[in-house]
Amino acid sequence: MKKSAFLGTLAATTVLAGFASAATLDDVKARGELICGVNTGLVGFAAPDANGNWQGFDVAVCKAVAAAVLGDASKVKYVPTTGETRFTALASGEIDLLSRNTTWTFSRDTDLKFTFVGVNYYDGQGFMVRKDLGVSSAKELDGATVCIQTGTTTELNLADFFKVNNMTYQPVPINTNAEGEQQYLAGACDAYTTDASGLAATRAVFADPENHIILPEIISKEPLGPLVRHGDDQWADIVRWTLNALIAAEEYGVTSANVEELSKGTNNPEINRMLGTEGDLGTMIGLDKDWAKRAIAATGNYGEVFAASIGESTPIGLARGLNAQWTQGGLLYTPPFR
Amino acid sequence: MTVVTDAPKDAFRPSMLIYDTRYRSMTIQIVVLLLFMAGAAWLVDNIVKNLQTLGKDFSFAFLWYRAGYDINQTLIPYTNDSTHGRAMFVGLVNTILVSVMGCVSATIIGVFVGILRLSRNWLVGRIMTVYVETFRNVPLLLWILVALAVFTEITPAPNQFRVTEQMIAEGTEPEATMSFFDSIAITNRGTYVPAPEVSRSLGSFTILDVPISLNVLAFLVAVAIAVFGYRAIKAHASRVQEATGVRPVTWWKSLLMLLVPPVGLLVAMGFHLSYPELAGFNFKGGINVSNALMSLWLALTLYTAAFIAEIVRAGIMAISKGQTEAAFALGLRPGRTMNLIILPQALRVIIPPLISQYLNLMKNSSLAIAVSYMDLRGTLGGITLNQTGRELECILLMMLIYLALSLLISSAMNVYNNAVKLKER
Repeated sequence: MKKSAFLGTLAATTVLAGFASAATLDDVKARGELICGVNTGLVGFAAPDANGNWQGFDVAVCKAVAAAVLGDASKVKYVPTTGETRFTALASGEIDLLSRNTTWTFSRDTDLKFTFVGVNYYDGQGFMVRKDLGVSSAKELDGATVCIQTGTTTELNLADFFKVNNMTYQPVPINTNAEGEQQYLAGACDAYTTDASGLAATRAVFADPENHIILPEIISKEPLGPLVRHGDDQWADIVRWTLNALIAAEEYGVTSANVEELSKGTNNPEINRMLGTEGDLGTMIGLDKDWAKRAIAATGNYGEVFAASIGESTPIGLARGLNAQWTQGGLLYTPPFR
Repeated sequence: MTVVTDAPKDAFRPSMLIYDTRYRSMTIQIVVLLLFMAGAAWLVDNIVKNLQTLGKDFSFAFLWYRAGYDINQTLIPYTNDSTHGRAMFVGLVNTILVSVMGCVSATIIGVFVGILRLSRNWLVGRIMTVYVETFRNVPLLLWILVALAVFTEITPAPNQFRVTEQMIAEGTEPEATMSFFDSIAITNRGTYVPAPEVSRSLGSFTILDVPISLNVLAFLVAVAIAVFGYRAIKAHASRVQEATGVRPVTWWKSLLMLLVPPVGLLVAMGFHLSYPELAGFNFKGGINVSNALMSLWLALTLYTAAFIAEIVRAGIMAISKGQTEAAFALGLRPGRTMNLIILPQALRVIIPPLISQYLNLMKNSSLAIAVSYMDLRGTLGGITLNQTGRELECILLMMLIYLALSLLISSAMNVYNNAVKLKER
């Protein structure tokens, strides 16, 4: 019995893995649906709204790709993944694309055989504590109990940070952001650590956000971005340039409101090439010439997505900071559409 | 009815493999074996090919890489500079710890409940029935989560124990105080109990990087001497009784023999307790028994004890009522009857199913992941698997270890079973 169950599991794994090598673009078109791996629930980045529709900054990437490939931003099936399950889901072919605030690291890119197509949020790891703890710097956290999501880069950064600063701590490992929130609020840990953007998003849904502070120290570089499997460069190109199109659109002033009008032709050849009025960039990545126009129309440009999901006017209230366009002193810089 | 008296002497023909009953079963077995091996080979081949397609190799080299993460309960020395292999052993030791604790407490509770369920006292019997039915019929995972919720939600946070200057000035008490003469702090992060310490330590030595304390070894030796001496005194008393018919008074000798070696050793080593104290964010000093361990232990114990109770009850009921009546006729009281007559015989029925309960408990301990107790599943199958991305290797290794543990437990219990089972000659 034990042996047969074991072999059955192996067989199931291998069958799943067998799908992974097919051309993803054809699969998605044939299926008529994009399967996108997202967070299990992180308000602002990926969480279902009151009507059960997934919304957020990471979800917008899924929508833009679906709009570019299938012509309909709603044709996405969202698969919630935890820090532990996300890579297996992508490697096994269960999802076409992982857009789940995932840090781009060397070993994930190479050893785990993934292709990070770009960065949609430049982040860093921070700490959140209760105000009444009287702590104003992460360096004062010696001896503290810290809630930490397992299977993440933050787990390793945390160990390094405390080691470098000669401090000790008690880790409380958790699996999802929701569990971390619950444990932190129950007082099972003094501090909760994850990407600073995630902390802001988590704090936004607290009943008393004003009683919690995010400490000033950012202890790591966390470039977050969407990723796909190795071995299908065409699909990687599609996702990469869809993301680039959203970023470039903000740079050139193309918004969801004026994209229709601008696509009739402008005097800026770069916009014309991107929106398909001039040249034929779409066919080079296996799509039609309106792909970028559809993506921008569906979600808005990068700036619009940012403002609508995590910007300063939302409860999460993140400033653009590093995530401003290069012309505004940020790090967003797309290669030219040519 | 015809009986074939002379066996056919004609030569072997291939058709006999199917039509001759002497060979048929052999043929079927060989065919099934070939099919099974072909199936297994196909699966292995499939894995190898797909691993190649994914560009992944099969290697256990990661076990020697730096782990880089911290574990909150380490019974053997471990830092984030240790290897993944070391982290695996930390998890394994944690698994064994909670399994052993669970087996011991579940057996004690299970035996009591099983006997009490047969009690002639109606109320006691019904209460035990309710306990068994509730715990047996609700999934273990839920009990673990409930236990954790109870421990974290109703216990005070460490900072509620804090006495500030302002409080002293106002004469108010902190929200929470330590129990048992200020020795045990029950908090929502764990229970801090006093730790045994010695001021004149005998030192320690290491085997395979695991330090073994000479203090503990010396203490065990002292206890062994005490028990050995105690038994010698009893044996001597029995011999005197048989020779003279009068049993000498031995209670003070036995008591001295039992107490002097261990207590003497402890005094010589300067034994004392180190009490937990609130320092900074948490209590320092003492032993921190995490809530994850407490809730896992409690849930595993109560859940498995319910099954053990039923096994014990079945074992007792399997003993004929005549045995009890015979014991009563000889004038034995009910307690002595149970201890001397019923239980020794019932053990023969109880032990085999008890083994499988122990195995279940050990395997169920992998549900620790629900409360983030860092057992084998949490280290090797959790963080290590994630940080290295070696799913196949980690899962296979984990299965092997659980299999080995199970076989170890069942072979140890089989030895015990052979010792108590009915000797048939």
